[in-house]
Amino acid sequence: MRNTPVAADPVSLTDDAAADDSAPGDTGPLLQVDGLRTGFRSSEGTAWAVDDVSFQLEQGRTLGIVGESGSGKTMLARSIMGLLPRANIECSGQVLFRGLRLDQMQPSELRRIWGTEMSMVFQDPMTSLNPVVRVGRQITEVLRAHRRMTRSAADDAAVELMRSVRIPEPERRAREYPHQLSGGMRQRIGIAIALACGPRLLIADEPTTALDVTVQSQILDLLQQQQSERFMAMILVTHDLGVVAGRADDIAVMYAGQIVEQGPARSVFRTPRMPYTDALLRSIPRVDDPSHTRLAAIAGRPPALLDRPPGCRFAPRCPSAQDRCRQDAPPLVGGVDPGHRYRCWFPLGAEAEQAGPPGNAHDTVSGRVPMPSATT
Amino acid sequence: MAGSGTAHLREDALLRVQDLVVEFPSAGGRTVHAVSGVSFDVQEGETLGIVGESGCGKSTTGWAVMQLRRPTSGSVVFEGEELTSLRGQDLRRVRPRLQMIFQDPVSSLNPRRRIGDIVVEALRIWRRGNAAGQTEKVWEVLAAVGLDPDSVVSRRRHQFSGGQCQRISIARALVLDPKLVICDEPVSALDVSVQAQILNLLEDMKARYRLTLVFIAHDLAVVKNISDRVMVMYLGKVCEVGPAEAVYARPAHHYTSALLSAIPVADPGHERQPVPLVEGQLPSPIAPPSGCRFRTRCPAAQSRCSEEEPQVREVSSGHFTACHYPPIDPDVAAAVPQSAGKAR
Repeated sequence: MRNTPVAADPVSLTDDAAADDSAPGDTGPLLQVDGLRTGFRSSEGTAWAVDDVSFQLEQGRTLGIVGESGSGKTMLARSIMGLLPRANIECSGQVLFRGLRLDQMQPSELRRIWGTEMSMVFQDPMTSLNPVVRVGRQITEVLRAHRRMTRSAADDAAVELMRSVRIPEPERRAREYPHQLSGGMRQRIGIAIALACGPRLLIADEPTTALDVTVQSQILDLLQQQQSERFMAMILVTHDLGVVAGRADDIAVMYAGQIVEQGPARSVFRTPRMPYTDALLRSIPRVDDPSHTRLAAIAGRPPALLDRPPGCRFAPRCPSAQDRCRQDAPPLVGGVDPGHRYRCWFPLGAEAEQAGPPGNAHDTVSGRVPMPSATT
Repeated sequence: MAGSGTAHLREDALLRVQDLVVEFPSAGGRTVHAVSGVSFDVQEGETLGIVGESGCGKSTTGWAVMQLRRPTSGSVVFEGEELTSLRGQDLRRVRPRLQMIFQDPVSSLNPRRRIGDIVVEALRIWRRGNAAGQTEKVWEVLAAVGLDPDSVVSRRRHQFSGGQCQRISIARALVLDPKLVICDEPVSALDVSVQAQILNLLEDMKARYRLTLVFIAHDLAVVKNISDRVMVMYLGKVCEVGPAEAVYARPAHHYTSALLSAIPVADPGHERQPVPLVEGQLPSPIAPPSGCRFRTRCPAAQSRCSEEEPQVREVSSGHFTACHYPPIDPDVAAAVPQSAGKAR
């Protein structure tokens, strides 16, 4: 894609991110996803990997999308980017980015937006980089294609970018191949490529899953620092609640293709309303707990794509499920905390909500809500 | 970390590993020093967690204990028997008491065989009981790991999820009533909700079958949850060994402190500390640093660290570190003779 000549830009989106405040859509949210559905066509019908997902993302904010494998989080990220193959994929709903319908764009139009307006950091930096091209060249490629830079200007810019993602000795490293770098350094290159043209939106799909824990924290710190320096919006997709805690402004928890709970990070973590979120938080072993603490495992496993239960999709595993949960699908509704929404007929802490102001009442030291109805 | 020494070994251990060295040949006649003089022991009924980042030699250590990868030198004594000198039939005779569970539950099961055949195979090889007795044992272990034996035995691995495959691997390891089970990253390929199920299951199996576990993993919280004692490794060396609570509450090695501060905590109110590590690449196990192997990334390294390899020494009861300048109360450090670890 990067070698395709870029035609004159009708919307002039590509230039300096700080400029053109008057561009369409700058009044609304940067990214607005409405009723997005993405499915695979199969002989047994369409398997909806992403099923009716809606959310908004403002400039400069970070959204953490959390879910286990098969929850649809990666499909959601790729649907937003328009990175899915057209064959055998069915898509509906809207993806509005600065007022532009990304879901209706042709590949040639998307190509002008990829890199310059929105870009992506992938999970495995070994396979997302080209193994036979020097890493410096992989950065300059983007700059030369989108920014029409001269070779020497692009070389300088690439070294500067590598310095900003804190790669030591960037001049020397730029001439190396991906296999000569460690996993953490490769992911820094991946981030440098994604940041090269100053995108407004960065989607990072499991950016640290392949990395060691000390490297993971360095990479997450780097992403966070770049995000705030550049005032980018960021979507951080992960299976690890620990990765997004304290790094995302808002959290969306996915289960079986749907967002089952979303809201401000503190509110979702401190007072989860959907039993799945609560169970997920409880199933994580914590270093502060004594050894041999019994973990609150969630019984069973997520439903198969083509065999989702009617009603609430978590109901078969939910400790507090009732008849209604097994029959009617709960909508995503709001509670008392602004912006906090969940899919549950019998949300946790409902009694407390009626009794008095929520939030403070639940704000226990451990960060957990006492949950009388759903523990065992 | 960097260090060597055997001051931390105890008398009455079920498994005793001493000065274990595993080296691999590499291109150009060079040598990969994967494990360099590691010593540890495990008492009966205990769970030892081995934790460290990729390339620290923790998995190689597990494989070398099993003699699946023959150690270059050193000794592995299991139930009083020196495994490194055993060959052929003699080694096979020990294996039923020494089992292993692997990281990738799916690829460690033969895709073409039925689950029942996979689990019963060891019993057939060892001619344990008659056919009826073998079937009964298979049914028992499959039920014990939380599967429905009747519906499972005739199916093949592709019909199961990762968590279920790991349950089958556990059943396979348990069918011969082993004493010691080495678990090599058994939950790192699983989702958190399934990970919790498998960790709980391992605890249950340990109690039910009176197992002794060596649990190898990179996730510090997981290791703490399951272990009685924890050993931290870095670049083929032992950094720190001790009771899980002590190692996590009062780390006596700078590498352990760095690992602990890097753990992602699922609480937005948690105050993250900067990870106290000198930035840079992990040194290569082909040419490890002199002296303490951790010194190139250690925030407290001094000149002595490059000259002299630290020996394992005790900082509190049962808690040992291999560091010249451990990050603990200086009074405690002063009370510990520097030569404590060198005597043996």
